[in-house]
Amino acid sequence: MGVSMSYLPLTFLLPLLGTFILALSRGHMSERGSVWVGVSSVGLAALVTAFITIQFMSGDQSAQTLTLWTWISVGNFTPTIGLALDGLSITMLGIITGVGFLIHLFAAWYMRGEEGITRFFAYMNLFVFSMVLLVLGDNLMLLFLGWEGVGICSYLLIGYYYRDSANGAAAFKAFLITRIGDVFLAIGLFLIFAELGTLNIAAILEQAPAHWATGDSLVRWAALMFLGGALGKSAQLPLHTWLADAMAGPTPVSALIHAATMVTAGVYLIARMHGIFDLAPDVLHLVGVIGAATLLMAGFAALAQTDIKRILAYSTMSQIGYMFLALGVGAYDSAIFHLMTHAFFKALLFLSAGAVIVSCHHEQDMRKLGGLWRRLPLAYMGFIVGGAALSALPLVTAGFYSKDDILWQSLAADQKGLLLAGLVGALLTSLYTVRLIIGTFHGEMKSDHARNAEPGRGLQHGLPLILLAVLSTFIGAMIHPPLSGVLPASPGESTEAGHTALELIAAGTAIAGIALAAWLFLRKREALARLVSGGPGASLWTLWNQAWGFDLLFDRLLVRPFRILVFILRRDIIDALFGLVASITKGLNAGLTRTQTGRVRTYATSMVLGATVVLIFLAFGQ
Amino acid sequence: MNGIPMEHGLILAAILFAIGLAGLMFRRNMVFVLMSLEIMLNSAGLAFIVAGTAWEQPEGQAMFLLVITLAAAEASVGLALLIQLYQRFRTLDTDAVSGMRG
Repeated sequence: MGVSMSYLPLTFLLPLLGTFILALSRGHMSERGSVWVGVSSVGLAALVTAFITIQFMSGDQSAQTLTLWTWISVGNFTPTIGLALDGLSITMLGIITGVGFLIHLFAAWYMRGEEGITRFFAYMNLFVFSMVLLVLGDNLMLLFLGWEGVGICSYLLIGYYYRDSANGAAAFKAFLITRIGDVFLAIGLFLIFAELGTLNIAAILEQAPAHWATGDSLVRWAALMFLGGALGKSAQLPLHTWLADAMAGPTPVSALIHAATMVTAGVYLIARMHGIFDLAPDVLHLVGVIGAATLLMAGFAALAQTDIKRILAYSTMSQIGYMFLALGVGAYDSAIFHLMTHAFFKALLFLSAGAVIVSCHHEQDMRKLGGLWRRLPLAYMGFIVGGAALSALPLVTAGFYSKDDILWQSLAADQKGLLLAGLVGALLTSLYTVRLIIGTFHGEMKSDHARNAEPGRGLQHGLPLILLAVLSTFIGAMIHPPLSGVLPASPGESTEAGHTALELIAAGTAIAGIALAAWLFLRKREALARLVSGGPGASLWTLWNQAWGFDLLFDRLLVRPFRILVFILRRDIIDALFGLVASITKGLNAGLTRTQTGRVRTYATSMVLGATVVLIFLAFGQ
Repeated sequence: MNGIPMEHGLILAAILFAIGLAGLMFRRNMVFVLMSLEIMLNSAGLAFIVAGTAWEQPEGQAMFLLVITLAAAEASVGLALLIQLYQRFRTLDTDAVSGMRG
């Protein structure tokens, strides 16, 4: 055990300490103090992570574990609080604490003067704690604890502005839908434990190939259950509807939880459990198909949104679809690489969006913005760099290297359908990204909020944007996650045939998309507006604006029948019986309440009467 | 003790107790309520004295000492409440203080 391992618990204990300090201050802490505690706890965790990473990279990079104590001991079920450090978890740890720290720092600027800033940072620190546990846990039980922890923090932070009941509903929706996935994951855990008798990840990956033959029905069920969990958390079809509504939370929350870290937990889970998925090739293929379907669905939906945060939300779904696609063709390290670059550029985009939103007095409708590039140069720079990375502009951006890798792996795995979906998705990505930037920053200013925009100032505002912008360029792509030995080899490692041609096609697609979008949204604005104002164009717009109507479908299919059922059950006869008990108690209560007149004389009289009765009983009762 | 039979003393105590009890139940003025309480306590003390004398036992007098101590304590608490009642409500009517109703 290296010396760095003993510091590993600090990475989650520091944010937990921050949570405790903030929570126990019970609102008596000043805004400055809250910001200090909230930001520095994650900052220190990031420093510890950097130290551990340096130690890890200079060593032999082998997986190490640190068992702190036994959590529960029931029969042969003895999950431990144990941490595992390997290339995959250190990559995730770096993203969570590094990007997390930058987002916390930005949040100090974004949330200034807001009510309940202590509560905000307490939740954010708790989130970092849970997420670190999720990726460091060496057994599925601890992973599940972190999994549920990030879910509850997501719920709390989406509903942060609780005075508006719509935000509460959005939080509720996110919680319920991810809960469906969590149930699947729990069943998967039960199944694994029943079959293998352990939840230790390393032990599972070691025993699974001996226990199951490839394609065994039980291992397929286990993989399907894990997939279900990942779909809920990572907002993939069909459990994706919560993510767009989750934008009700403050923008740093969207950047941290709903773009950079939590929503990619599903990708992490599948990559972590690759041994199970490798034994169930058809389920793994399903992962890729779902990813491809989601990236197309979300790409089209993003084209028809007007809220800048919703565009980014659908874009996140779409990019996670790419990661699932990569997982589906067995290119686990490409998925993690894209996860990392996506964390950089999507966090940058969300933070820039946050800068725009605060500067424009919480106006986030693109139809009321426009022409901001002169007034908000830093946010504009963030959007340009982040948008270029998102639409994978060749050579200079991080997104290009990771997305190109995914496309190449799908070609190498001979999945032509998935490759085609990926290419169409790339075109869509360029289209909606350019539409977003032109709509927000170019053209005329469409409201007073935009005309009176005040640019953000200070280190807390500038530093995260600049650092993330640097990481979103090719510099970020130079960070190679140390994944060899942790994840199996990708299909593209054995051959190089056609790689260059594909790179050219991918680059051409991105550039063509950007050019097409620039031509459409700059030159042909009126024609586009006419197209969507009536006829089939308008219906298509509505369909995409509603994200293919999944909300409506679920409403008709699940919510309404449930409500009807509830309505019927309300008039239950058995309920009336229990209601009777309640009404008798209520009647007795009303009667006894009447004796409490508040008059001393009545009390005295009733005491005398009572004493008399007792005396009479004592005298003649025998 | 000779001359006065025990029954007479006990009847006097009972009458005094009934008068005090009636005052407690029907008077609204708090001064009179407190006075009624004193009368009741003293009637109980009288019963102890009478019984102790009749049976020539000292416990009757010991109990009376306890009763007057109790009466003194009760009077101090009662008078403090009376002053508070008057200061807060400008009245001595106990029925006026029925805020704990229901």
